[in-house]
Amino acid sequence: MKPAVFDYSAPESIGEALDLLAEHGSGAKVLAGGQSLVPMLNFRLARPAHLIDVNGVGSLSYISANGALRIGAMTRLTALGESGDVAGAHPVIPAAVAQIGHRAIRNRGTIGGSLAHNDPAAELPAVLMALDAEVTARSADGERVIGMQDLIEDRLFDTTLDDTELLTEIRIPAAAGSSFGFREFARRHGDFALAGVAAVITTDGSTITQAALGAFGGTHATRLPTAEAALVGAEAGDAAFAAAGAGAAADFPATSDVHGTAEYRSHLINVLTVRALKDAAGQAGGGNG
Amino acid sequence: MAENMSVVINVNGAGREVSVEPRKTLADAIREDLGLTGTHLGCEHGVCGACTILLDGEVVRSCLMLAVQADGAEITTIEGIADGDALHPMQSAFSEYHGLQCGFCTPGMILAGIDVVSRNPDPSPQEIREEMGGNICRCTGYQKIVESVQAAAAVMSAEGGSA
Repeated sequence: MKPAVFDYSAPESIGEALDLLAEHGSGAKVLAGGQSLVPMLNFRLARPAHLIDVNGVGSLSYISANGALRIGAMTRLTALGESGDVAGAHPVIPAAVAQIGHRAIRNRGTIGGSLAHNDPAAELPAVLMALDAEVTARSADGERVIGMQDLIEDRLFDTTLDDTELLTEIRIPAAAGSSFGFREFARRHGDFALAGVAAVITTDGSTITQAALGAFGGTHATRLPTAEAALVGAEAGDAAFAAAGAGAAADFPATSDVHGTAEYRSHLINVLTVRALKDAAGQAGGGNG
Repeated sequence: MAENMSVVINVNGAGREVSVEPRKTLADAIREDLGLTGTHLGCEHGVCGACTILLDGEVVRSCLMLAVQADGAEITTIEGIADGDALHPMQSAFSEYHGLQCGFCTPGMILAGIDVVSRNPDPSPQEIREEMGGNICRCTGYQKIVESVQAAAAVMSAEGGSA
């Protein structure tokens, strides 16, 4: 229950961090908030030769709401959940953040760390997929922009980031006029959810014009294309929501473990999807906001 | 073995310097290098909450940080909350309302309780249960813990201070 030996660097700038990544590559691991990585170090499930601690890189922590919402990768979850700019642009984010672990976890955990770690039960990868977010990945050789879908693909505890790349920023396009629902089921408040879903929909009053659903708690975070197809063009109401729930269960990569069977999780995602859509429709109609 | 690093931490109001390996967790440094064994280690992977401390005033799990990361920070452990021999209201309430049985989880419970009340001066039992869900009591004495935090909240509010 103690980490194995590693070399430790604490760069103070992005450039310094990128040089260290270029130098150490696959032998290095970036330490963000540490709420997943440090347990893995303690269990020696992770044994990096070199730990690059980016907590001292102040320029990675910011929230900017000019146009698209831009969030620095080292923004702590507490700051993310309490930001008026984030809540104003995408209220689904604070709704999801409130369900992540406990206060002590959110005080250290970061948005970039959550995405780069990509735990299949984590809320943020699925939520940011539903919001069509993009991330910036930088290396000593340059930078590239990666869509959430391409960052995560079908992976778990892994992303398409290269060993020498650092995730520096998350960018979320505006979604004016949309409404959201967020539902998850966990055995205790703050535990990893057995299944959960973020739904973001837009209506023209009665007909659904856009629908984006991201689910977590399966084998990997995923959009729910069958559920989305059942919604777009349909009238917002019980029939469309039931069809979307069934679609979600078909799309969801459910898996069995000690906490529940795949069948049970598929049932959960069906029910949670219907509830999330009802929440979203209630907001759109000025109902239970 | 990686070389030791020198770390300066303000611990309960006093500057302390320790020399630690980078792999040493803050929790182990608090116990072994600073000699403050009131911070307990239950699970060492961020599940039980026994090692909860305040880092720059915010509640964190000291087993999920490296000691080298606390360089320049202020930390408060269970040893730092009483005023001399006068217990902190949260400590008094745990004593008065029997908020502990074996006492292992208590340091983390008390610091988490202080954090809850600092943000919400009048928490409901349900709010306390949700906010403190990350602190596990294996004696399962939760009812009394919730009563203790509520009682402390009333005292702390009346005193007009949160800590």
